[in-house]
Amino acid sequence: MDRRLWREPSFDFVAKVLQINWIYVVLLCCLAGVGYVALYSAAGGSPEPYAARHAMRFAFGLVIMLAIGLVDIRIIQKLAWPAWLGCVGLLVLVLRMGHMGKGAQRWLDLGGLQLQPSEMMKLALVLALASWFHRASWERMGNPLFLIPPLIAVLIPVGLILKEPNLGTAAITAMLGGAIFFAAGVRWWKFLLVVLPIPLLGQFAYTHLHDYQRARIDTFMHPESDPLGAGYNIIQSKIALGSGGMWGKGFLQGTQGHLDFLPEKQTDFIFTMIGEEFGLVGGLAVMGLLTLIIIGGMLIALRCRHQFGRLVALGVSCNFFLYVFVNIAMVMGVIPVGGVPLPLVSHGGSAMLTVMVGFGILMSVHVHRDVEFAALRDDR
Amino acid sequence: MRRDAERTGVFTRRALLLMGGQVAVLGALSARLYQVQVEDGARYTTLANENRISARMIAPPRGRILDRFGAVIAGSSTNWRAVLVAEQANNVPATLDAFSVLLPLNEYERARIDRELHRRRKFIPVLIREFLTWDEMAAIEVNAPDLPGIVVDAGTSREYPLGDKLAHIVGYVAPPNESDVADDPLLGLPGLRLGRAGMEKYHDLGLRGRAGSVQLEVNAVGRVIRELDRLEGVQGEDVGLTLDAGLQQSVLTTLADESASAVVMDCRNGEVLAMATNPSFDPSVFNSGVSQAQWLEWTKDRRTPLINKATSGLYAPGSTFKMAVALAGLESGALSPGDHIGCPGYLDLGDTRFHCWRKGGHGTLDLRGGLKNSCDVFFYEVARRTGIDKIAAMANRLGMGVELELDLPGQRSGLIPTREWRMAKGHPWNVGDTIVSGIGQGYIQVTPLQLATYASRIASGRMVQPHLTRKLAGALQPGSEPEDWPVLGMPEKLLHAVREGMWAVVNEPGGTAPLARLADPGVQLAGKTGSAQVRRVSRELRESGHFDSQKLPWEYRPHALFVAYAPYDAPRYALAVVIEHGNAGAAAAAPMAHDIMTEVLKRDPANRTEPPGAQVAEARP
Repeated sequence: MDRRLWREPSFDFVAKVLQINWIYVVLLCCLAGVGYVALYSAAGGSPEPYAARHAMRFAFGLVIMLAIGLVDIRIIQKLAWPAWLGCVGLLVLVLRMGHMGKGAQRWLDLGGLQLQPSEMMKLALVLALASWFHRASWERMGNPLFLIPPLIAVLIPVGLILKEPNLGTAAITAMLGGAIFFAAGVRWWKFLLVVLPIPLLGQFAYTHLHDYQRARIDTFMHPESDPLGAGYNIIQSKIALGSGGMWGKGFLQGTQGHLDFLPEKQTDFIFTMIGEEFGLVGGLAVMGLLTLIIIGGMLIALRCRHQFGRLVALGVSCNFFLYVFVNIAMVMGVIPVGGVPLPLVSHGGSAMLTVMVGFGILMSVHVHRDVEFAALRDDR
Repeated sequence: MRRDAERTGVFTRRALLLMGGQVAVLGALSARLYQVQVEDGARYTTLANENRISARMIAPPRGRILDRFGAVIAGSSTNWRAVLVAEQANNVPATLDAFSVLLPLNEYERARIDRELHRRRKFIPVLIREFLTWDEMAAIEVNAPDLPGIVVDAGTSREYPLGDKLAHIVGYVAPPNESDVADDPLLGLPGLRLGRAGMEKYHDLGLRGRAGSVQLEVNAVGRVIRELDRLEGVQGEDVGLTLDAGLQQSVLTTLADESASAVVMDCRNGEVLAMATNPSFDPSVFNSGVSQAQWLEWTKDRRTPLINKATSGLYAPGSTFKMAVALAGLESGALSPGDHIGCPGYLDLGDTRFHCWRKGGHGTLDLRGGLKNSCDVFFYEVARRTGIDKIAAMANRLGMGVELELDLPGQRSGLIPTREWRMAKGHPWNVGDTIVSGIGQGYIQVTPLQLATYASRIASGRMVQPHLTRKLAGALQPGSEPEDWPVLGMPEKLLHAVREGMWAVVNEPGGTAPLARLADPGVQLAGKTGSAQVRRVSRELRESGHFDSQKLPWEYRPHALFVAYAPYDAPRYALAVVIEHGNAGAAAAAPMAHDIMTEVLKRDPANRTEPPGAQVAEARP
């Protein structure tokens, strides 16, 4: 069974390229195209300074994604735990010498390239958990002791990210871990054990939050109480969306965005920009595209014939879904503002690269959906 | 492989469950999007428009005030101001310090500037200093590199080319206070001034004009992106006064240094041609704010420069009141034009003796003689016969003791006493009160404007009302024609008897006012002198023979009055002169009346509608 990849006659380079899910690639290109259009408008009808760089970054990301897509999934599996370890190391590093940004240490400045280790951490966590559960049979999943190492693998990064502090990403990371635990077959009642004490934990956490985090939650609850202060973003975003109406104000005609009423329109509030200029129709179209990408990722997971691939594809899709949900819910005032960009649409290099690396791994799962891993250890 | 199949089954079920959850969440977000964008769309659209459109007002230029020939009495001039645009200054305190070196800013100014800088957005200019002189502007421009953020711009300020000559009539403008702003948002515009007194106040709404507005598209910090719509304002309308500015200056020259007032009216239609009050003040001072020292100087001056004596100065009319007494007597029948009354120099009433001004008396006199000699006893007797209430009614009808329909704020109505008035004060009316009222003393108080109106009504026989507004926005106002005014309703014969007496005062030998006689024998002036005591003269002093009002301290000397009209045979101009503490009407007021009337007749403003020199100007190519 121990066949070397490059000796597999049916699996040469050309065959692999043909195996790439090109429809999925087109969907991603469409989403990046939406981003280009929105950023063109955000710059007041100019490719500079956002849209052109966005396109270049996406092109670069696409190459990375396709390259990763061709890497054997079994090699990726072998890299899972080292990647996890590396990311935890980076998180520790960021706490020690991270660049201060908006009252929290999140960014690592590596000679001009800004890294947000918490984003990479989520991918590494997906890989590590998938790798762990890949070996587990249904019976073994029932053994609580077996669940302790992966739980620790989730809690360490979540704790580190909380300490940055970055509440939103920590919550997303925890939910991502939960999704993989769930898909891997952890028993239902164990989830109840975790979910039930959350209200209590929430109250405890609220009293220990940083002022700016508490302010976010407070203004989310009552945005109109402080229209020019912390509630400003949410109100202006809703005004922009609402004034867009059914058909929108037209490309480059959005007043809220162009007159700077909309804060951070090129990053966090890019969806608002789209909603204002293209209306409900445009907003729903983008939502539809995002839904297709999420479902496509889930379908890749379902079609995969090995557990590692299934869990990885599911994890990447869930990660993307959580991004989309947090961002769009935020701009519509459904959840507190969280500083989460809309992947492939918002302006920002580091996030784009991480997302494309994730899609590369997803593509690798798709390309190598039928490869055989070494047999499950406990089957022997 | 069975175990693997079981595991795959669990995964598939749970993955599908997750997928369903994700789709449901995205569906819920879509529903929320529909709610925000379509259901609440209208509300948010309104909010978005409010966000981006900022309506700003443009201050209209304030209307001018002109004299009857179009000479500018109040206009606008350029006001050079230094303003600070905070965002253009690297270091605001440093800029202000540098500015202070050139033009010192006191603590109060610094505090105001700091307050405004703090309150306003960084790109909105804050006023540092107004009314820059040429030298100050040069100093700022030369040092511009050291003053980043300081900009000199041009505003407007109110200018009064005739300065103190017309201050009491024109009034002045001053910055509005907060309650004014609440009434009209236009007043909130920087640099806008509000009429605070005089014509500026009376015609303020018209002079103000209508504000224009610009609809500006602004961004989140209020910076203007572009102009969407502009509605030009309407310039304040010009107000044309009945005054002749040249005559006004000439009258003031005649009044010289006296604390005095003179009013010249067109007696046929009530147009006020000159209304001079001396001393006066410079109204443009109010534009920039009055200093404490200046204010104290004005309010402590016993010659009251801030008070418009013509409309608010109250004086006993003295002998000038005698025509009203005569007319009351004539109309009631208590006196007929042919009646003779003897004057032994006094009139006894019970144990009280009322003296005539001439010791020894005038002998027997008719009405004409009584007026000509200004015999007090004659009018004591006429008043006694007529009774106070009829005298008061006549005085009111002739314009005294009532509020006139003058279009100038701050007018006082004076007082003509009646029995009722006295009873309301808690005292019965005495015949003695009637007797002193007969020579315009006692409780009677009138203004110079009322005296001029009184003279006008006697001269024209019409109930003219004095007025100052002749044209609004170029349109002649009603009241310019004699026919606009009702007649007095008194037999011409009675009026003639009084006019004849007034003629004799000036033109007959032995009259009290020969000094008012005009040089041109073809044009004659009719008038009446008056000297109003401000302090009762005791009998001992009077009988000691040493009484000489010239030796009294200034404030105890009698007021000197004169009322007149001319030409006698075709009355056109009426005049009243009041010189505070001028001693004797005949000696002090009559010569001034002569000078003023001579000038009036020379200029003849009522018959001249074109500005002097205008025809020459129009004839030029």
